[in-house]
Amino acid sequence: MSLAAEPASRPAAAAPSAAPLLAVNNIEVVYSDVILVLRGLSLAVPPGQIVALLGANGAGKSTTLKAISGLLKSEDGAITRGEVLFDGQPIQALEPEAIVRRGVFQVMEGRRIISDMTCLENLRLGAFTRRDRGQVAADIDMVYQYFPRLKERTGLAGYLSGGEQQMLAIGRALMARPKLILMDEPSMGLSPFLVQEVFQIVRRLVAELGVTILLVEQNARMALQVASYGYIMERGKVVLDGTAAALAENEDVKEFYLGGGGGEERKSFKNLKSYKRRKRWL
Amino acid sequence: MDWGLFVQLMINGLIVGALYGVVAMCFVLIYKASQVVNFAQGEFVLIGAWVCWFFLTKYQVPFFVGFLMTLAFMVAFGILIQVVVLRPMIGEPVISVIMVTIGLSIIFQALMKWAFGVFAQPFPPIFARESVAILGLEVRTVYLVSLVASLGIMGGFAYFFKATRMGLAMRATAFDQQVAQSLGISIRSVFAMAWAISAAVSAVAGVVVGVVNGVSSALSFIGIKVFPAVILGGLDSIVGGVLGGIIIGLLENLAHFVDSQWLHWGNLIEVVPFWVLIVILMIKPYGLFGTRDIERV
Repeated sequence: MSLAAEPASRPAAAAPSAAPLLAVNNIEVVYSDVILVLRGLSLAVPPGQIVALLGANGAGKSTTLKAISGLLKSEDGAITRGEVLFDGQPIQALEPEAIVRRGVFQVMEGRRIISDMTCLENLRLGAFTRRDRGQVAADIDMVYQYFPRLKERTGLAGYLSGGEQQMLAIGRALMARPKLILMDEPSMGLSPFLVQEVFQIVRRLVAELGVTILLVEQNARMALQVASYGYIMERGKVVLDGTAAALAENEDVKEFYLGGGGGEERKSFKNLKSYKRRKRWL
Repeated sequence: MDWGLFVQLMINGLIVGALYGVVAMCFVLIYKASQVVNFAQGEFVLIGAWVCWFFLTKYQVPFFVGFLMTLAFMVAFGILIQVVVLRPMIGEPVISVIMVTIGLSIIFQALMKWAFGVFAQPFPPIFARESVAILGLEVRTVYLVSLVASLGIMGGFAYFFKATRMGLAMRATAFDQQVAQSLGISIRSVFAMAWAISAAVSAVAGVVVGVVNGVSSALSFIGIKVFPAVILGGLDSIVGGVLGGIIIGLLENLAHFVDSQWLHWGNLIEVVPFWVLIVILMIKPYGLFGTRDIERV
């Protein structure tokens, strides 16, 4: 409870940039008119950076992304309070396709590539909202440069390996030329080696293309390595935020999400069976 | 055995089957894109034929102009039906949507009888020559045009879904609506477009049959014959719809041949497709190309 009580972790004040690309202000999300999932969540994403959103299962991370991208509406969810500002404009009332046109693209959890289409067709679909058709071919080449192995795969996308599907999902997002990519668990189901590879590419994308990424991850260690700033959610609220380096050093974060931490008595596997979560934020 | 009759009937089956295939494609298109089982598909065929007939006989426009006007009308009509009737039904139970399309079918059937009468009306002659000779065979021009039109439509569909931006968007929507939305595709406009294309292409089939046999309410029989075709091909496969249509067309003419040569029961041509339908549902309920997890209706 000590951390939640600290007023120092108010996101709006703590965000490093004065004009964030994305600002989520105190939103409340309700599913099916009854289930309250987000209870006054706020966060800010400055341009050109990776911001990580961490939290346990069911904390509301994916819901947060869907609230931003507008996909919430197709799951019978609604933002009942607060606002989502992108580039200073409120976008919470827009249809999902309008939000994509503004430059916010969500890479959904579980990759969700279209398995009965080829790689190339998936990539072309990513460019659906683009007006500059002539540039699309050049951008497909660019995606192939980031993910060379996609070029060799000419069959249906459903037959790609999990890692390749994730690369295709990210490549498809790039085709839309978004300003902000909402990335939901890119490491899901991938081997540690592939996780490294995917995150290296994600880092390069930010450096070379100038995209901004809001990253939701279970793999907190990896996420805090690539991100510059992080938010930690629990039960529909942000309970802690700070620079990625500060979060990685935080004892509570270490214990809850990174493993280890929490004092001397848990350093040994001998005591593992007595491990139980010491405390919660909320 | 009368081989001349056999060949004649098989060609007939191919031509009629191709038309079934075209209408079956339209049916599958609506089902895939918007998950609506459209029992009013046959009425789309009928309306298309009547509207074209109306333009040609009432306003005496040349066939080509009247045909284009019909297509334009049907596009508007398809969008109107989708937006006004089906859009509010999104998210309602499957059975309610089916009742709505059955209701539409009854309304249109009655409306067409009220507006144009119950008697068959012939189209004005369209082609300068009644028949052309191909490889020594005298083929009626309308049949030839019908086959070419069917193949053209099928080729057009293949190109549309493979190569165009909207075609890909439509496939994406059929695959997963949420994914489609996340890519910036407006699923509402995809739904409207599916209905527009389906109505317009069904009208082409209607006009072709109308030119051959004249227009009457009986024309919506195509809508009924299309069910065995679609079920045979698999409810969600466009290729399956085409093949199913051709197979049903050939089968019913084969049945007609057997009937006329040996059995002499009469009217076997009308019932055989439905026997086939029952047999398929028993041994291969997902059809030739259908996917397994389709909700059966």
